[in-house]
Amino acid sequence: MASRRKEQSPEEGRLIETDVLVVGGGPAAGWAALSAAEAGARVVLADKGYHGTSGATAPSNTGTWCVPPGEGRAASVEQRFKRTAGLADRRWMLRAADQAYENLQKLVEWGYPFPSEEDGSLYIANLRGPDYMRFLRQRVQKAGVTILDHHPILELLGDDNHVAGAAGLARRNGASFQVLAGAVVLATGGCAFFERILGGTGLTGDGYLFAAEAGASLSGMEFTGKYTLAPHGSSLNKGLPFRWATFYGANGEVLRNARGEPVTNGIGGGERQVAEALLAGPVHARLDLAEPAMQDWLRRGQPNCFQPYERMGINPFTDLFRVDLKYEGTVRGTGGIRIVSSDCGTGIAGLYAAGDAASRENVTGGISGGGAINASWAIASGWWAGHGAARHAHRRQGRDGSRLRPLGTTALRGGTAGPAVDLAAAARTVHDEIAPLDKSYWRTSATLEASERTLEDIWSRLNRAPPATGIERLQAREVAAVTASARWTVAAATLRTESRGVHRRRDFPGESEVQASRIIVSGLDRVTAVRETLALETAQEG
Amino acid sequence: MIEVVSADRCIRCDICERICPAFVFDRDETGLPVIARQDDCQTCFLCEIYCPTDALYVAEQADGPTGITEPDVLERDLFGAYARALGWNRGRAGGTRNDPTRHIRVAQV
Repeated sequence: MASRRKEQSPEEGRLIETDVLVVGGGPAAGWAALSAAEAGARVVLADKGYHGTSGATAPSNTGTWCVPPGEGRAASVEQRFKRTAGLADRRWMLRAADQAYENLQKLVEWGYPFPSEEDGSLYIANLRGPDYMRFLRQRVQKAGVTILDHHPILELLGDDNHVAGAAGLARRNGASFQVLAGAVVLATGGCAFFERILGGTGLTGDGYLFAAEAGASLSGMEFTGKYTLAPHGSSLNKGLPFRWATFYGANGEVLRNARGEPVTNGIGGGERQVAEALLAGPVHARLDLAEPAMQDWLRRGQPNCFQPYERMGINPFTDLFRVDLKYEGTVRGTGGIRIVSSDCGTGIAGLYAAGDAASRENVTGGISGGGAINASWAIASGWWAGHGAARHAHRRQGRDGSRLRPLGTTALRGGTAGPAVDLAAAARTVHDEIAPLDKSYWRTSATLEASERTLEDIWSRLNRAPPATGIERLQAREVAAVTASARWTVAAATLRTESRGVHRRRDFPGESEVQASRIIVSGLDRVTAVRETLALETAQEG
Repeated sequence: MIEVVSADRCIRCDICERICPAFVFDRDETGLPVIARQDDCQTCFLCEIYCPTDALYVAEQADGPTGITEPDVLERDLFGAYARALGWNRGRAGGTRNDPTRHIRVAQV
């Protein structure tokens, strides 16, 4: 018999009061909730999906940037800093390494089943997604956090000076609910721009839209030219097995680089050639450089990667198979909400950002933090944001919340003059302006200008359309958030007239020394992009 | 994406409906999960491993259904394939202690 608990429909207009609201359900959300609870706050975690399976980490197997304390740490930071296209911050890198290490040790204390090295010591530099996220949920429950699964947030609540809650809906029946909170942590993940990557369905940049509506800025949105190989048509954008791949053209002949050598290592030197070849036609791969021992480790250590092959009935070590480069937006790209304080504050009182919702430039600069760096950033930034939010909520205790108003605009209010928008069609159009290789692996002023026109048109149509109602509000807001994220991406990419990190301009192939600073984007109806150095100078003069 | 719910194997426990991050399932009046929003499926395979009776099958194509049927899945022994590879069993987590990924990380550099 079906259990009765889930038959109950969430009631319309439910109102919850708490100290800290965490929006999202991946690792950053979990760590933020644990942190705020540890600091003594009452915590509500509202997840669009299910906290434990939501987001890009749960279906994955992720390394961490795990640097033990001691002599080697500064050297490790320095070595990593050299690869960040000059835009990371050593202080943040050091403190992220430190906090992540400390929290990995908490997992050990709590009994997370890490594997052992040959000498019996625990190997803590890798977390298997399904197990890690299930474990984290159990800890969050144990800490007394109220978890609202399948309760997407649609907008923030606040007044002119601060954020103090959020409003959303229950997916079961579309019922509205509100959470009044002393502070809010956005841990909504990155934006996958509707690309079908592992764990990407819910990653629609919701937090970016909420933050911008509250007046916060974003940074690093041009560092979104990140793609990873996957078996054709699958969701498995996991590059590790392709370290041992050789690549072949549609005719079955091995691809060769300019020196006539076979194209190999799809997560290293081979990636760019594979991308070039994919512009011309299908590319195939075979993991033929993996020795038998490595084949066994890959199969047992990366079992998610082998699901497509097993289901297609092929052996990737001996058979050729077709590959795609899947677009990863700000999930493995780097942009997000701009962080302005050590506790991951956004510059808007009461609003904090963590994980992929935040810009990761502080720890990874202009390159991808995919895998290890982002995993450690989620742990560290979640922890800091949780503490920051708890402190803020404590200071604001007893304040009057009667002047709060909903901050959401596009797809929720305004509009009515224009026709309704076909949301599925709009989603496809935005995806197709951002995800193709000739739009985001390589950019030119011509492609960016064309994208800007298309995206402006969609944005304006979304704003003129009658507001969405009921359960449809979720899709309408997702399309709005992805469209806004695409507009910020195009604005930042247009301003950066050079190639740096994972931002590649065909028309400006070199790095330009004078552009070695970050780009801040903000605004909704009018998007602005400015260089951080200039913004600081203006602020100092003003 | 999710393509097969085996009515024979399913024990009507509601776990898949509850844990699906993309909210793909509804249930019919008998408690059997119904694939109500198939196109929302993110092909993450997690419903398979949470299922206590290996009653679900997610095909590898993320953009649309392949048309595979329950007899095909049975014949190819694909029910529970991901759970077995991970070391999960009857919906319970397991196997991380035997994860050999550290060897891969050392060799990848």
